[in-house]
Amino acid sequence: MLRYLRLLGQWALGWIGALGRASTVGFQSLAGLPRRGDMTLLLKQVYQIGVLSLIIIVLSAFSIGAVLALQGYTQLARVGAEESVGLGVALVLLRELGPVVTGLLFAGRAGSAVTAEIGLMKATDQLSSMEMMGVDPLHRIVAPRLWAGIICMPLLTAIFNSVAIGGSAIVGVDWLGVDAGGFWGGMQDGVQRWEDIGKGMIKSGVFGVVISWIAVFQGYDSTPTAEGISVATTKTVVYSSVAVLALDFILTLVMYGDFN
Amino acid sequence: MRTIEISVGAFVLAGILCLVFLAFRVSGVGVGDTSGGSYLLNAKFNDVAGLRVRSKVSLAGVTIGRVAKIGVDSETAEAIVTMQVSQEVANLPVDTGARIQTEGFLGGRYISLIPGGEETVLHNGDTITNTQGALGLEGLIDTFISKMGSK
Repeated sequence: MLRYLRLLGQWALGWIGALGRASTVGFQSLAGLPRRGDMTLLLKQVYQIGVLSLIIIVLSAFSIGAVLALQGYTQLARVGAEESVGLGVALVLLRELGPVVTGLLFAGRAGSAVTAEIGLMKATDQLSSMEMMGVDPLHRIVAPRLWAGIICMPLLTAIFNSVAIGGSAIVGVDWLGVDAGGFWGGMQDGVQRWEDIGKGMIKSGVFGVVISWIAVFQGYDSTPTAEGISVATTKTVVYSSVAVLALDFILTLVMYGDFN
Repeated sequence: MRTIEISVGAFVLAGILCLVFLAFRVSGVGVGDTSGGSYLLNAKFNDVAGLRVRSKVSLAGVTIGRVAKIGVDSETAEAIVTMQVSQEVANLPVDTGARIQTEGFLGGRYISLIPGGEETVLHNGDTITNTQGALGLEGLIDTFISKMGSK
């Protein structure tokens, strides 16, 4: 009995310790970036994290938009309301699906890569040699990756939403023959700039911070062995996905919570 | 390095263009937002069942604003609806009427404004008194049945 209690205590203490280390890493890197001469490092990371994620984001967005239009049409056409397909798809994407799916894809595509990269640098003693040379690895390695993630997530979400709405228009208007005026008009009538688009963008910004933070910390804090890196990469994907889904619920509750 | 710079630039540009697309092609043309300026009008109704915050306010079938708040006046037991109306229609006469209507057969409720003929106009915070509350399908059926029964 006492043994289990001790294990529980150890586990809890481990978690709190990790949270403390994560806060220090996150805070120091966020505060440490805006210096001259860092733009090249940041640019390279935006390329690695953002530009190279475009293909998966665009492909997934198109499929999701197309499927939403297809499913929405078959249900709504039964009550003769197929013109609201546009509005339904747009609201679902802008408020929920856009930020969440982009976040999940981003965690899988970019977060895991960042963790593995930093983890390997640690395992091959690159980080400690940098420290020995008087270069702060938090500043040179961690900060650009953290900032790049924060910059890229909202941009990727905007691209995701636009492509998905385009995909739903192709399926809805061009294939299934929904009236184009009703499709776009209904969408413009029901979508509000701040309420739907602005708040969706805030969500994606929050997800960007959380995912990048988890990814760099897991890499920086990994056990410097081959197994340690694989564990850290897995943890990044699992933790970020859970965090995105849980945070999405909380943010929705806070932002759209006045159900009356 | 140069290709990286160009592709990052293109990526950021694409993201911003998508935001512009979302803001101007997907969302409404400023109605209901405070972008072009707006003012508040109140209206007292005996029944606002089915009306919600952010329901449409329309004039001659054109959306000119949104419902901002729904409260209750405990003295007269009436509902007070606060509407946010676009500044573009700032010349509504004081005897303007407000009526709660249903969009289509089963659609959502909205407020329809019917302009009157007075010279003086409504200002920010004024109250519309000439109102007609929600007339639901249930109410219509009730009236119909009671009329049939009395024959």
